[in-house]
Amino acid sequence: MPEDIILSTSGLTKDFGGFTAVNGVDLKVKRGSIHALIGPNGAGKTTFFNLLTKFLAPSKGAIVYNGRDITREKPAEIARLGLVRSFQISAVFPQLSVLTNVRIALQRKRGDSFDFWRSEAALKPLDEEARRLVEAVGLSAFVELPAVELSYGRKRALEIATTLALDPEMMLLDEPMAGMGREDVERIEALIRKVSVNRTILMVEHNLSVVASLSDRITVLARGQVLAEGDYASVSKDARVIEAYIGSGGDHAH
Amino acid sequence: MANVASTDAPAAGLAVIEIDHGTARLHRMIFIGIAIALAVAPFIAYPVFVMKVLCFALFALAFNLLLGYGGLLSFGHAAYFGMASYVSAYTAKNWGLTPELAILLGTCVAALLGALFGALAIRRQGIYFAMITLALAQMVFFFSLQTPRFTGGEDGIQAVPRGKLFGLINLADDRTLYWVVAIIFMAGLLAIYRIIHSPFGQVCKAIRDNEPRAISLGYRANQYKLTVFVLSATLAGLAGATKAIVFQLASLTDVYWSMSGEVVLMTLVGGLGTVFGPIVGALVIVSMQNYLASLGAWVTVVQGVIFVICVLLFREGIVGVIAKWIKKPL
Repeated sequence: MPEDIILSTSGLTKDFGGFTAVNGVDLKVKRGSIHALIGPNGAGKTTFFNLLTKFLAPSKGAIVYNGRDITREKPAEIARLGLVRSFQISAVFPQLSVLTNVRIALQRKRGDSFDFWRSEAALKPLDEEARRLVEAVGLSAFVELPAVELSYGRKRALEIATTLALDPEMMLLDEPMAGMGREDVERIEALIRKVSVNRTILMVEHNLSVVASLSDRITVLARGQVLAEGDYASVSKDARVIEAYIGSGGDHAH
Repeated sequence: MANVASTDAPAAGLAVIEIDHGTARLHRMIFIGIAIALAVAPFIAYPVFVMKVLCFALFALAFNLLLGYGGLLSFGHAAYFGMASYVSAYTAKNWGLTPELAILLGTCVAALLGALFGALAIRRQGIYFAMITLALAQMVFFFSLQTPRFTGGEDGIQAVPRGKLFGLINLADDRTLYWVVAIIFMAGLLAIYRIIHSPFGQVCKAIRDNEPRAISLGYRANQYKLTVFVLSATLAGLAGATKAIVFQLASLTDVYWSMSGEVVLMTLVGGLGTVFGPIVGALVIVSMQNYLASLGAWVTVVQGVIFVICVLLFREGIVGVIAKWIKKPL
């Protein structure tokens, strides 16, 4: 049923001067699902992610989002189509306050902000919604704080609030739990579950317990290729998956 | 696994935080303070010296708009300053334009040059961006050197008439000219302040802080970078064009790479990414050049030492340190 698929890739390939990081990946992400992409280190997850978000140009293959070929689009353009990514390292605007971080995303609704002659007061109407989003991720106490002073976990929360401000149809999360303490993992996990309502989420994640509890469908990558796909129960029993993880030294220790 | 505590170091060299109501009031007080200082300055100091400080302060403010708020390091800002200076001097002298028209024309040429060079330079990032701006500025220098019919070559354009403002007010008197320069400076400062705090300025700061993230939010970063580049080049041109009228001279010094270096120095000494830092930086550097002029070539050495001290001891610059001290952005 093609109408159920929000994002699909066909034969997506990326060569880095002889080394094929991603090799002919066909992936279909169902609308409204939480889809996880896992695999041992060096499997090509991050490269694949960067291809989807146009931060890298594919060598071969196509990417179709909402029935539209986005293979040659620029990164800023796909964000405008409702496909918004997060980053492995926490991506905030460090010197701007928590509120301004979120407001920067809300500003997008004004269209392009080239109005350098206008006062900051023009952005006041956005403050209320920005505060609501900051509250939704539990950062109300830090509204005026520069983002650089937030703890790691809170930066991730701020990043999610900023992404949500765009009200994206689909979110791509690049290792949302990377480098997080247990408490933060639980908080962000609950947050992802909350924001996944009426949205599609594709995430790369190492923390398998998070993957198990959150995702509807899992694709396992190894050496740039799809090794297995299915729900957690079937994928975790797959002999090739187990071998790929143990053979590589195993990230699953997280 | 990393703990919850923040491990990120603040971005080096920038002392910018966010603006709140108390800060807005403080800034208004500073603006009033600057206005008062401008009003009394010609009575306690030599007006031509103050005008020199104001022209370079405006130049540094324009440069800081690009580096401190756009995150773009240009090593070729002398091109816009110097070319505007030539155009303003040439048109005032040879076409007999009134000073305001000569300055306007010089500024417009700087804007066009900024659009052209900016469009080429923003295709690369970091040090490559800086090198392209330097290379393009050197082309402007050699163009100036090779076209003596326009620039006067090694002699420059001398004895530029100050003319009559709007064809009415004779600017030959230093005091009269001073008020015009003070108004131009204040207008430039207010324009930059507005740009920094505008919706556009917010996006620029976001791009400066984290360009990939800004792009992933749907901002076409290059268009913002080009816009801020053109704005900066335009204001640098305004400073250069005004300078030509004040000193009645446009010369190769204005387009030479050391002029690009000087504006970097002023900005860093005053405080990169602070609104008012470049003014203090320009005051310090121009004062040094004037009062240490008897040292001859040693001025450069003294400048170098000050620069090293600045980088080693207070990277945020004079105003940046004060801002940190009072915990308010300046």
